[in-house]
Amino acid sequence: MLKFENVSKRYPDAGDVLLNVSFHLKHGEMAFVTGHSGAGKSTLLKLIAVIERCSRGQIWLDGQNLNQAKDRQIPYLRRKIGLIFQDYKLLQDRTVFDNVALPLVIAGYGHQEISRRVRASLDKVGLLGKEKKYPVALSGGEQQRVGIARAVVNKPPMILADEPTGNLDPELSAEIMLLFEQFQQVGVTVLIASHDIALITKMNRRVLKLDHGQLVAS
Amino acid sequence: MKPVKKTQTRQDARQTKTSGGNFVDKLHAYRALHAHALFSSLGRLVASRFTSIMTITVLAIAISLSSGFYILVANLQQLTGNLETSNQISLFLKDDVSDAKANRLANSIRKKANVQEIKLITKAQALAEFQAYSGFGAAVKALEKNPLPIVIQVLPKNTLEDRQELENLLEKFNQEPEVDFAQMDMQWVKRLQSLMDIARRGSMLLSLLLGVGVLFITGNTIRLELHNRREEVIIAKLVGATNAFIRRPFLYGGFWIGFFSGVTAWFIVTVMMLILMQSVEKLSELYEGAFHLLFLGFTETLAMLFISSLLGVLGSWIVVNHQLQQLKPE
Repeated sequence: MLKFENVSKRYPDAGDVLLNVSFHLKHGEMAFVTGHSGAGKSTLLKLIAVIERCSRGQIWLDGQNLNQAKDRQIPYLRRKIGLIFQDYKLLQDRTVFDNVALPLVIAGYGHQEISRRVRASLDKVGLLGKEKKYPVALSGGEQQRVGIARAVVNKPPMILADEPTGNLDPELSAEIMLLFEQFQQVGVTVLIASHDIALITKMNRRVLKLDHGQLVAS
Repeated sequence: MKPVKKTQTRQDARQTKTSGGNFVDKLHAYRALHAHALFSSLGRLVASRFTSIMTITVLAIAISLSSGFYILVANLQQLTGNLETSNQISLFLKDDVSDAKANRLANSIRKKANVQEIKLITKAQALAEFQAYSGFGAAVKALEKNPLPIVIQVLPKNTLEDRQELENLLEKFNQEPEVDFAQMDMQWVKRLQSLMDIARRGSMLLSLLLGVGVLFITGNTIRLELHNRREEVIIAKLVGATNAFIRRPFLYGGFWIGFFSGVTAWFIVTVMMLILMQSVEKLSELYEGAFHLLFLGFTETLAMLFISSLLGVLGSWIVVNHQLQQLKPE
């Protein structure tokens, strides 16, 4: 599903943020990316979502070489990935329904299909009945679940989460992790960047450990 | 566990195909997207009423300036257009020539082979006309004697197209002892026409400049809106929006701004024309009713709305494209 081959990322002012990173994530696998802050976790996720391009090496996503992807193909690549953020990145002036529906609207789905899928997705994260609420009216945990519903509504083969529990207390974090496990169980590949060692240990999954841009454990 | 996963993803793939692949469904969804962009951008314009009104007013003034100049030139052109056909020559007689003498001269001119028609305007007639229409009636009354000369208007035969022949005729008239001077009306028409040409070109240049202004004012307005909706644009990009999808509502926003500016400009021009109409009608009487005020016609109004809408779309297109290249999700 996802393959890194000697990937490096160099920023002109920060030097090598990632150095010779290689790993392979199989279809339906769930893994964590960890490391101290500034180790390159976020950069690694950005490379997968083609928010940044790597300086050296090769990245394959779902059989496609990301280096060769043209700019106009990027939107279609991103539709294969459900992105989840630490700060949720919800549209504050839109209802929960509209937030979750966004990827479907973008992909050009019909009205009925959108309505059906958004409900199904909200049901999965346990927020059915809150479609008409605005994000501000929700708790942090609920907002993150809206973010997750939006990430999976398009049924992407892969979920990328950048510190998804960074703003949540341990109890809520555990709930969110449970959700990720459920998605993994239906065949979605899940990659989560986190520095919450306690949580990662509890999950007992594959861990990609970064240290100063280098992969020290996989 | 594994085979279950596979059928699941395959099912998903099929579902995506039926919902996304059906042409009619896609067309409906596409139309819905456009309709949504059209009305949501209108809604946004209404939501930020104050800013919208300010922008639209500025644009409307720019558009009404250029279309106002256009209609002014068109009206003046109508005036010179009427005069264009006449080769009329005016003979201004010397001050001491009596009406009887003038009449004799007129009769002798009338008999000439190359003269089609003449008209004698006596001092009294000229004064009456001048008092009635010039607005200097009171001033004229204050004068001790009538300063206006007797005029004989000569219209040469239509066959007299040759410029040299006309010049010869003019020369002959100038040699008549009673004539102070003879003048071909054509000459000042020609001068007026070249002045009109300058005015027409000037108004075209002005329209061009104002058009560029409209383009950039719309662009700047859209840039501000894009800036305000930066977060939304970035999120849309992150969940797979194409540039076309992001551009669409802004293009419609530009369209609405341009369109409403065009409509407002039409009102401005029309109201101004209505205000001017009374005085123009007085002027028209001076030209013996040959002149009627031209308003913006149907085609011109349509063209104005089309151009202003187009400028709006174009302005926002330039800006959004430029900004999308710079805007990277972070």
